[in-house]
Amino acid sequence: MTEVCTERAISVVVNGVPREATVPVRWLLSDALRHGFGLTGTHVGCEHGVCGACTVLVDGQPTRSCLVLAVQVDGREVTTVEGLSRSDHQGGQVLHPIQEAFRECHALQCGFCTPGFLTTIAAGLDARDPSVEITEEEVDDMVGGNLCRCTGYANIKKACRHAAATMRDSAGAKSATLAPDSQEAGR
Amino acid sequence: MKPAPFGYADPTSVDEALDVLTAEGEGAKVLAGGQSLLPLLSMRLAAPTTLVDINRVPGLDQISVGRDGVRVGALVRHAQLLASTEAAGVQPLLCRATANVAHPAIRNRGTTVGSIAHADPSGEMTAVLALTDGSVTVATPDGRETIGWGDFFLGPLETSVHGPAVVLDVFFPALPERSGTAFAEISRRKGDYAVCGAGVVVTLDADRRVSSARAAYLSVGLVPEVHDLTDAVVGQPVDSADWAAAGELARGKVDPDGDLHASADYRRLLVATLTARTLADAGAEAARRTA
Repeated sequence: MTEVCTERAISVVVNGVPREATVPVRWLLSDALRHGFGLTGTHVGCEHGVCGACTVLVDGQPTRSCLVLAVQVDGREVTTVEGLSRSDHQGGQVLHPIQEAFRECHALQCGFCTPGFLTTIAAGLDARDPSVEITEEEVDDMVGGNLCRCTGYANIKKACRHAAATMRDSAGAKSATLAPDSQEAGR
Repeated sequence: MKPAPFGYADPTSVDEALDVLTAEGEGAKVLAGGQSLLPLLSMRLAAPTTLVDINRVPGLDQISVGRDGVRVGALVRHAQLLASTEAAGVQPLLCRATANVAHPAIRNRGTTVGSIAHADPSGEMTAVLALTDGSVTVATPDGRETIGWGDFFLGPLETSVHGPAVVLDVFFPALPERSGTAFAEISRRKGDYAVCGAGVVVTLDADRRVSSARAAYLSVGLVPEVHDLTDAVVGQPVDSADWAAAGELARGKVDPDGDLHASADYRRLLVATLTARTLADAGAEAARRTA
């Protein structure tokens, strides 16, 4: 017979780091991230799935962390806004292109909604072919599930296009640098 | 905004799930995608004593597509159904309606079967199940049972299934020959609950004249409603059919309530407009499939 429990030990990989915790089963994933793991970058707005501020990636897929129980991510991989940047191997951090673009385009004011936008848009941009020009419809789809009460969205959408252009340029640069190398290898 | 305390179990088979549901009694509730249930818990509109999470039950995440229709398992996420070109080939309404379900982040987690079992009359997939004349398969301790959509939905958030039960899958029959479909909804923000929505199926005869026009609506009644609008357009050539008349016919048939978001009159207006618009699109598609 399956046991009915009120707390449960879970192990979950958060931003590449394996973590373990014993959580009350009524804890939402957002509770576990903030209170269990101290990752307060995930912001909690409405706590019923409307605002999108708490969006994180579960196995790479944007997911509302207020609409998943912490016990349900046992064995899964979670990426929060803290995990979007990567290390530059010199002790520094390289921001994700969408994070750079938010800074460049002034896509935030109070910043409360920003983590949810960044995780959602980063996953959307990472999943698409960077060489293809981004459409307005794609941009609307990426930002449409999140609420921002400061910016009026114009600069957030601008940041999406800016980041997509950056990713297109760096994909182009990569294939340009790859080409001579492969010729080299062919010799 | 925190759920009231509850017990949690994550069985690994349907039989185990039924055992837990039976042992825990009336306060137990099945958890699948949770995108409707968890908000209810957080807002304390529901306070089940036990959540029986079926996410670890193997085999429920399958879409099986046959010539007669599409069977969608209890753990198939909206995003998975939206991406299934095979399912869309047999019943195009599935992809068209799923694209209107909430936002991508919700579709990644929420399940199609869960939204049907939740029986929200503003749900897209409840309307599609009704429009396609689909059915629901339910496992209970007494065995498995298939229930037609008309016997399944009793009222808002209420189905005919009581006691320990797990909805295993839903079946959407295939689109008939010489038919086309369309789906549209109006919401205050794309992805939010629809103020009004319509799904339609138009079927033509061999001479490209309308032989059937049916529509299902969301957010206009207590349960999904299907209305036969054929009388307004029967026998008319598809290229010049009076879809606006069908919209007017529909306006007279529905009896929506007004609420914070829209008055009853506005909803009736939307029914007329969305019906005419979607029927025209569905008629054009039916014509292409008849050519």
